[in-house]
Amino acid sequence: MALVLSGVSYRYAGTQKPVLHGIDLRVERGEVVGVAGASDAGKSTLCLVAAGLAPGTVGGTLAGSVEIDSEATTSLKPFELAQRCGMLFQNSVTQLSGTSRSVWEEIAFGPRNLGLPLAEVVERVEAGLAALRIEALASRDPLRVSGGQAQLVALASVLALRPAYLVLDEPTSQLDPEGTQLVGDALAGLAGTAGTGILIVEHKTDLLARLTQRMLVLDDGRVALAGATEAVLADPTLRALGVEPPSLVTIGREAATAGIHLDPADLAMALAPRRA
Amino acid sequence: MTDAVEFESVGFVYPDGTRALAEVSLRVPAGQRLAIIGQNGSGKSTLVRQLNGLLQPTEGRVLVEGRDTRGRHVAELAATVGLAFQNPDRQIFAGRVRREVEFGPRNLGLRGRALDDAATRALDAAGMADQAESNPYDLGYSRRKLLAIASILAMGTPIVVLDEPTTGQDAAGVERVRRIVADLAAAGRTVLAVSHDMRFVADSFDRAVVLRAGRIVLDGTPDEGFAEASWPVLASTFLEPPVAARVGARMGMGSTPTVAALVEAMKARGSAGPI
Repeated sequence: MALVLSGVSYRYAGTQKPVLHGIDLRVERGEVVGVAGASDAGKSTLCLVAAGLAPGTVGGTLAGSVEIDSEATTSLKPFELAQRCGMLFQNSVTQLSGTSRSVWEEIAFGPRNLGLPLAEVVERVEAGLAALRIEALASRDPLRVSGGQAQLVALASVLALRPAYLVLDEPTSQLDPEGTQLVGDALAGLAGTAGTGILIVEHKTDLLARLTQRMLVLDDGRVALAGATEAVLADPTLRALGVEPPSLVTIGREAATAGIHLDPADLAMALAPRRA
Repeated sequence: MTDAVEFESVGFVYPDGTRALAEVSLRVPAGQRLAIIGQNGSGKSTLVRQLNGLLQPTEGRVLVEGRDTRGRHVAELAATVGLAFQNPDRQIFAGRVRREVEFGPRNLGLRGRALDDAATRALDAAGMADQAESNPYDLGYSRRKLLAIASILAMGTPIVVLDEPTTGQDAAGVERVRRIVADLAAAGRTVLAVSHDMRFVADSFDRAVVLRAGRIVLDGTPDEGFAEASWPVLASTFLEPPVAARVGARMGMGSTPTVAALVEAMKARGSAGPI
């Protein structure tokens, strides 16, 4: 049971140059896989392709295959796809339905469209609000909350669909450190308990370090680095690929340049909560 | 000298009754680089929108270059305060990048060579010179965000306000935003930025103001604001100091909000010492 991309290349309609080249990627149920890379490296396109929205909804030309639990995304209807794989767009305001008068209704929009019994819709909305601790926003106008709050509302709306897989395009970009932590915890919980397979694009390498075991770095539509997250984030070429290394990696490196050698384990200890 | 911006006991309540600001008093001298930090929903964006008249305070006064914003038109304030939105898609409307960047200065009356130069300089600063003829919506989100910033830079306003400028930027994009802030400051312009990126705040700003539930709870230099003594206040609004500050404090190095400051402190001591 996995979301599997095999030899995937993709180009948008009306263009000659592929945006993705020969991508192989596997996300198991219950696993969180990270994606990083420079702007225009193809991260958002990879999300659209992995979630089956490209070429399905967006058009364009796909080579290779994208399968969700052994079914090709190209053979699934939009409503079938939506229940298997949820996607959170980079710009959460684009994602909001625009038809809801309250955050509560907005989160209920997806489950209601699936034709679920009312009691289950209510249960899913309440669970989504609670997972991201936005209960206090329930009666607010979704278009009149702050940028970060809108991102949490959009994520709660996707969670309410309870898909087997989630594709998240920079889910914490507008969030404060607490919100980022909260989303990290919620995603770790989903993977751990509900067995959701998660593909997450993030610039925040500190979050990827905490949340993922495996990650890849895209460069000009190709996989430039892939493997264990710890190894990828310590790779000396990371910055040249447009990815800011985690702060601890930078501190260790800058100190070494100044002739001071720090043990990475000691450095990591410095961030651990101090015992009283 | 007149402050670039002054808030006098400013309060703001949205029409639906949500209070976003309470008793905010703040003076920003001309040429200062001020970062506004705080939780989502703490009132940061509401605060900066008072500056160009998009919102008017429901209590108190906002002065821009010594003049009350009340009764002044957004178009008039636009010559003094440029505000790049958090969400670039709420700002961008033109079909070509260069047209988008020209819109502001054109409205301020620039024409011909002067208009060309203003647009070219702004596109260069944003690293978008080679995308001048593109359609903004063919660009990725992070580029649209830089475009929104370039459009503001092109207006040459003495006060520049950036709402979450590093959001969605890769390492090179963050570096570019840092340089934009440094260049603005070097030119004597005042920069106010809303940010969640504590590393960016520590590296690029003279002063940081922390908002909690619409009130200012901390106001100081990054050295002061990220020093260990401030951590309880930061924690009360769920903010964490930059990693360099946390490592420096644990090593007994004093306040080291930036990686550079931390490495300097370690060099001064001659060794890393115990952590």
